[in-house]
Formats: sequence, structure tokens, C-alpha cells
Amino acid sequence: MAALLPTASGTPAAATEIPVEPPAGMRRRRWIPYALLAPGLLWLGVFFVFPVFQLAMASLWDPSGSIETGYTFAWSFSNYADAWEMFHVQFLRSLWYALITTVICVALGYPLAYAIAIKGGRWKNLMLVGVIAPFFTSYLVRTYSWKAILSDSGPVVDFLKWLHILPPDGRLLATEFAVIAGLVYNFLPFMVLPLYASLDKLDVRLLEAARDLYHGPVRSFFRVTLPLSMPGVLAGTLLTFIPAAGDYVNAQLLGGPNTQMIGSVIQSRFLVVNDYPIASALSVMLMLTILVLVMIYVRVFGTEEVV
Amino acid sequence: MRTFWRWLAEKWVLLLGFVLLGYLFVPIAVVMLLSFNQPASRNTTYVLDFETFSFTWHNWTDICGAAGICESLTRSIYVGLSATLIATILGTLISFALVRYRFFGRGSTNTLIFLPMATPEIVMGTSLLTLFLGLQIPMGFLTILIAHVMFCISFVVVTVKARLAGLDPRLQEAAMDLYATPWQAFCLVILPLVLPGIVAAALLAFSLSFDDFIITNFVTGTSDYTTFPMFIWGSNLRGIPPQVNAIATAMFLISFAFVIAGQLRTRRRSARRAATS
Amino acid sequence: MTDQDLCIENVTKTFGGFAAVDDLTLTIPDGSFFALLGASGCGKTTTLRMVAGLEEPTAGRIMLGGLDITRMRPYKRPVNTVFQSYALFPHMNVADNVAFGLRRKGENRADTRRKVAEMLDLVQLGQYGTRRPAQLSGGQQQRVALARALVNQPEVLLLDEPLGALDLKLRRQMQIELKRIQTEVGITFVHVTHDQEEAMTMADTVAVMQAGRIEQLGAPAEMYEFPASAFVANFLGQSNLIKAEVTGQADGHVTVDAHGNRLAVPSARCRVTSGAALLGVRPEKLHLADDLDAVPSGHAAVRGVITDASFTGVSTQYLVRAPWGSELTVFVPNSGIANPALPGAEVAVHWSPAHSFLVGS
Repeated sequence: MAALLPTASGTPAAATEIPVEPPAGMRRRRWIPYALLAPGLLWLGVFFVFPVFQLAMASLWDPSGSIETGYTFAWSFSNYADAWEMFHVQFLRSLWYALITTVICVALGYPLAYAIAIKGGRWKNLMLVGVIAPFFTSYLVRTYSWKAILSDSGPVVDFLKWLHILPPDGRLLATEFAVIAGLVYNFLPFMVLPLYASLDKLDVRLLEAARDLYHGPVRSFFRVTLPLSMPGVLAGTLLTFIPAAGDYVNAQLLGGPNTQMIGSVIQSRFLVVNDYPIASALSVMLMLTILVLVMIYVRVFGTEEVV
Repeated sequence: MRTFWRWLAEKWVLLLGFVLLGYLFVPIAVVMLLSFNQPASRNTTYVLDFETFSFTWHNWTDICGAAGICESLTRSIYVGLSATLIATILGTLISFALVRYRFFGRGSTNTLIFLPMATPEIVMGTSLLTLFLGLQIPMGFLTILIAHVMFCISFVVVTVKARLAGLDPRLQEAAMDLYATPWQAFCLVILPLVLPGIVAAALLAFSLSFDDFIITNFVTGTSDYTTFPMFIWGSNLRGIPPQVNAIATAMFLISFAFVIAGQLRTRRRSARRAATS
Repeated sequence: MTDQDLCIENVTKTFGGFAAVDDLTLTIPDGSFFALLGASGCGKTTTLRMVAGLEEPTAGRIMLGGLDITRMRPYKRPVNTVFQSYALFPHMNVADNVAFGLRRKGENRADTRRKVAEMLDLVQLGQYGTRRPAQLSGGQQQRVALARALVNQPEVLLLDEPLGALDLKLRRQMQIELKRIQTEVGITFVHVTHDQEEAMTMADTVAVMQAGRIEQLGAPAEMYEFPASAFVANFLGQSNLIKAEVTGQADGHVTVDAHGNRLAVPSARCRVTSGAALLGVRPEKLHLADDLDAVPSGHAAVRGVITDASFTGVSTQYLVRAPWGSELTVFVPNSGIANPALPGAEVAVHWSPAHSFLVGS
């Protein structure tokens, strides 16, 4: 996903929220905005809101049904208990992997965004192209490429064996390390772009003034730069955490049975096992968990610039 | 030696940035490299082993050699273009309403636009699958198109909105003051000025649609309308044909050339501006 | 009243309960340079926008040359505007910007090209037709905006703080320039500004607005010499306003008591003739004398102590504390005759009653 280029990400809210009264000649017709909204919102209503509602319904279907016999709606909240019973390991693992991925992405993404926005100079545009460059190839191909890099006979494993970090029969594929490495790689640009957008807006004179006031780059960074770039950190974390928690491509291609994530479970329940009630319950659980986490997170950090 | 340390103290952040960019580039370089490799078998297309590496032009000269690969590419382009067209139109209309009008329900509209971006793709995929199964809509091009338009709209809205909000509202007034009807003011002044934002949104939508796998995987069903990402995924069992790497490399080079050309154009234009003022 | 006068009749504009323009009635004669002067938020820009058709009056009507244009769409009015931020179309070059209105009106190519060239010459931008607005300086952009409006030969040209974004020197230059162009083309100019000096130097008629209403309307000199209210007296230049109580009328004079001083003002220069009032004198109309004996006969005078003197070149500005505590400002021209008085000196401040005026408090 080539989502959220700098213009689209951390920046929108503040600047965009001032609506402009159109000239008198146009304002008389109050239905115009609704006419403009109608087709797009209808699409989102029918193909996003309604299906999610239906998914919630499906999660309460009577689990004794099947594709052949059909399902009946039965307020079967037990589906949730069953789903939790069977798959809480994968569920919690997904959130855990997403959290680690997000933390590593902040650690790698912040210096990169800072380098581009503050120190980039004439390299700025070229470096930005570098950040979105992974989007120029296919997501799956990129992930397969990691599979090649980390493969048992590949250079990374050879090197680690030579250093005796990895035992002679050790491998990287099918480990947590490989899955998280893949997740970090694939979602790093989502962290960097909003961070860049908020750092780029910083007034360089402000940083100079901060250096004057706080004596020294370290303190001025923590007192001024970091707080002012919080909207970018916030947007970046959400853009990384949300897709990472629902991803199953990395777990599937780079991981093994012990690194399965909830996305793989939902995918196979739906498409292979055809166990719709449990699969729907897992989807709803994932969505609600993420929604609640996002809301708490936004509340705690108190920024409304996410939307 | 002293000057070296001083240089390092000055530039270490930038250097770190380039190292990280290098990291982002590693898998791309590997794909490029593998596009010139003749794997021993299809199951070793994604094994990077310099001892068994055997150079070949074959993946490039016979780029459509694997059964179905170029057909899937064509489908992806077709779906991408269709979804981009629809999503760009719908999204642009929404952003015009949001930026230029104050109306009842504006806040909820913003929330509705935000929600698809905050929902994991797997949830959108499963819910659409439930919908299509419930309505017994046959899976295929139509369902894929519906899904792609759905998740592209929000990104179009956000991108066009940013551009539109930066536009001076007096420009439209000025046009109308100078005898332009509202329609003329829109065509002659507003549209040309918002166009870069719309183009950016369309490019974004295309790349989202073209590369989507997770949602597409749910709404393709048992149909044989295999997009390029679905082709790669589906080849997993039988082994991935090495031509995939050649196509991925070509995709990268073409996109890269486009972006660089765009950058050069804006740079040349601003240079000319600087020279004449 | 000729046919092409612009008449605003009982116009009111409210924004959610707040009356930005309150029952305004105004006639702007054809061919005049008219200034609407007021602080920000006084309703002057709203008035202008209603004339342009960019806002619709809540009540009242606007007539142009006998034609009711109150609800006419902006693009149908023979009125053009120079916007405060210029609002030049950034994607068109200067010539296309200027030609925009003519093209919408369906003027033929040859005429358009000729008129645009003439207009660019008039604003001294003949060489800049192919430039983009972003390549021009602020003053040049301002002139493009003017040319773009004027080329359509509107009945009325509206200027919304057109010089606000320019630096002081350029502003003075453009004031003269605008005046020259107005004389040359003979179109009615309605100029909105908050700068009283700008309004006075440029306009034939100035209307001072406050809280959606017109406080006073007239020729600049007339308004300056005899303001209608304390607000105008302070807004147009500086005034010394002394609290006074009217005590009677005699011989074409109104007599007042100001902090125990009996002073007279010619009846013709009194806005009120009873009750509490403010007696006003402009600082440059006040004179200093060493003591009351030195005051010329017929002049009114009060005693005071100089508290501050600042030399500005053309004059020295004194602050004199009157016995009742408030300070009077006195401008003494630097004519090279008098010795400068020093702070602390006791003086008599005097003026000709014909230079004073009486307004309601």
C-alpha cells in the first residue's frame, strides 16, 4: 500500500478544517454539498458500513450451520468465547508483533524522517523518493525478497553462522525474527512519511532559538523538536500498528507454525475451513480491539490531528 | 583526522538516514538480481545463494513465458485504472463538499472517511466477502472493482482535500467578479489549480489498487479473475516463475523514471522562475 | 443625482444575529473617488462585498444607475473588484489575467489584445505580459489586479484595502498613482480602507463607518475641520477633547463651562447646544504663550505645565497638563521663530474660538 504520501498524512487536519463560505450566488442551493457527497458516501455505506454490520451479524450466527445447510441468526455470543478459546494465542501474538513492529519503526523511522526534513538540504526530494521506492514494486514480491535474503543458504544466515551467533543448524526463516523483520520493513514508510510531514513543518528558527535557550542539542531536541513532532509520531504509529496487526502475508511467507498471526487464522477460517461464525467473530474482535486501542491512544496523547 | 570527526559530528544524522534508505532498498536490489537468475527449480526462485546463481537473460526475453503471468498483469492494470477512475471522481466530489461547504453532517462525514483507513484490511475483506456471499453476487471483476473503489475513496479524499484547502477562496470570487459564471469559474480557475492534487490522488489510488492483495484475496473467491498479486500468491504452491522478478524490476524502474522525471520538471520550472524574477 | 450614481438604500446585513451593516443609506455620485473608512469589523468590507454581489443584503436594496442590482449575480454586474490579497490567478500569466473578464464577456480577440496592452501600459507593466503573478513584486501584483478590473470598464470599481500589503513608501506612490488613474479613466472608485491618511489624500468624499453605520460623510477637509462626533474627531487625525457643560447661547456663540473655564464656541461649529459636550481643538490649532497676558485678544486660553516635548522635524509636539489633570497635545510648527519651551515650564495654551468645535459626549 502506497498510502499516505506527505501531503496526505500527518498534515491534513489543522489546515483543512476551515470551510469557506461560497459566494452568495452559490450559497442559495443548500442541496449541493449533499449531491456532491451522495455517490461516494453511498458507496462507502453500501460496501463498507453495511458489510461491517453484516459481519457483526454473522459473528452471532448459530455455529451448527454450514455453507451447504445455511446459517441462522441466533445471538450466539458463544462464538466469541469459542474463538477466544481456540485462537487467543494467535490473537495476542498479533497485537504483540504489531507493538514490537511499531516500536522498531519509530526507532528507525524517526532518525530517517529527521535526516530528510531537517538535514536533507538538496538531498531532500531524492531521499523522499527513496522512502516511497519500495512501493514501486509489489508488496508480495518485496516480502518474497526477504524470504530470499533470510533463506537458509542466504548471506545473512551464513554471516551469522560465521560469527557463531547462529548455531550451525540454526535458521532465520520460520522464526519470530523473520516475521517482525518483514513487518518492520513493509510498514516503515508508513511511519516515515507522517513523521517527515510534521518535522518538515517545524520552523528551523525555532530549533535555533531552542538551542539558545536550552544549551545543547540533546535537551533542545527533547524539549522542542520531539513534542512538536508528536502529531507525526501519533499518525505514524497508527498507520503502522493497524495494518501490522491485521497482516498475514509476512507471517505466512516468512514465519512458521509457531508464528501464525490472527490474520492467517481469519483467512483460513474463511477461505479454507469455511467456518464463518468463528471467522467473523475473530474479525469483529480484531476491529473492536484496534478501535478501542486507537481511541485510548488518541485520548492519552490528546491530538486531534489524526483524522 | 580531527576534521573527519568534526565532519562526522556534523553529518552523522544524514549518514544514518542514507544507511536506512539503503536498508529500504536491499530487497529491491535482491529482486533485481534474482531477475537475472535461472533457478534450479521453481521452488527456489526466492533463494539467494551465490554458489548456485546462474546468470540468464531468459526471464527478461521471455517475460510472458509463465502461463497466465501477463494476463494477470493486464487484469491488474485494468482493475487499477477502472478503480482509480471511479474512486478519484467520487473522492474528489466528497472533498469539494467537505472543504467548500458548511453543512449538517460534516463531522460524521469526516469520521466515515477516516474509518476505512483505520480498519485492518482483513476486516474489510471478510466483511465484503460476507456481503457478496449473502447477496449471492458472483465473485470476479465486479466484486474486485467494488472493493478497490471502496478502500481508495478515503485516500483520494484526504489527498485532494489537502490541495483544495490551500486554495485562496477569493480566487473563485475574483473569477465571478470578472463575469465568469460559477461553472466557468470552476473550469477555468478552480479545476486547473486543484488538478495536481487530483493527479496525485489518482496515482495513489492506482498504486493501492494495483498492489492490493489482502482484500482482493477475499473478494476473488473461486473465480479465475486472477490479478497480479493473486497470481504470485497462487503460484506459491506450484512454485513462483522467475519472470515475476523481471516484471517487478520493470515496474520499479518505470515508476522510478516517472517520479524522477516529475521531480526534474518541477525543479527546472522553479529554476526558471528564480532566473527570471 | 445623475443616472449612474450608486445608491445603497436602507441596507442591513446580519450574520447570525450580528448586524455587520445596520440600515445603511448612501449615495455615491458617478465618477467620484469615494472612500469608506473605518476600523476593522466596522462593516466597510461587507458593504463593498454586497455591492460586488459576493454577499446578499438581509434587507434594503442597492441601485446602480436606476437599476436594482440587489440580487443580481456577481458575474452579471457592471462592477469589478480589486481584492485585498489581489486574488490573481496563479496559473495564468499577467496578460491572461487581465484578459479574463473581456474574454468572459465575449470580446473579440483583436480588441482584447489591444485593450490588455493599453491597460498594462496604463499601469506601467507593458513589458510584463508573459510573466506569472508569482514572478512579480507586491506592488506589481497590485497593479495587475487593478488592470484586470479596470480593463472591463466597469461602472464602479471596488477596491478592498488594495494597498494594505504594501510597504509605506510604495503605498504613498500607489496612492498618487491610483488617483491619477481614476482621473484619467473617470470611473467611480469605491475604496475601502482603515488608513485615514490614505482616505483623505485620495478621496473626494469620505464616509467614516462605525458598527455598521455611517458616522459622518463629506469632503475630507470639511470633516477634518468640523467632525460630527468624538469618534470622527479621534479617528480622523488627532483631537484635544475637553469635557464641558453648555451654559448658554449669545451673539452667535455657545458658551460652555470646562472645568471652571468659561469658553465660547461659534454656534455654527456646535453639534450640540445643551447639556454635556466635548469641546475639541486640533493640536496644530493650539498655540503656546508664556502667560495669560501674552494671549492675543479674542483667543480662548487655559493654563498648564509642559510635561513632555518631542521634536519631529517639521514641528515640536508638546504635552501640556491642564489644571484639571488631563493632557493637551500641542503642535508648534518649526518656523524658526519661537524659542523652544522646556518640560516643567508654565505656559498658557490658547486658540481661536473659530478653530474649536463642540460635539456630543
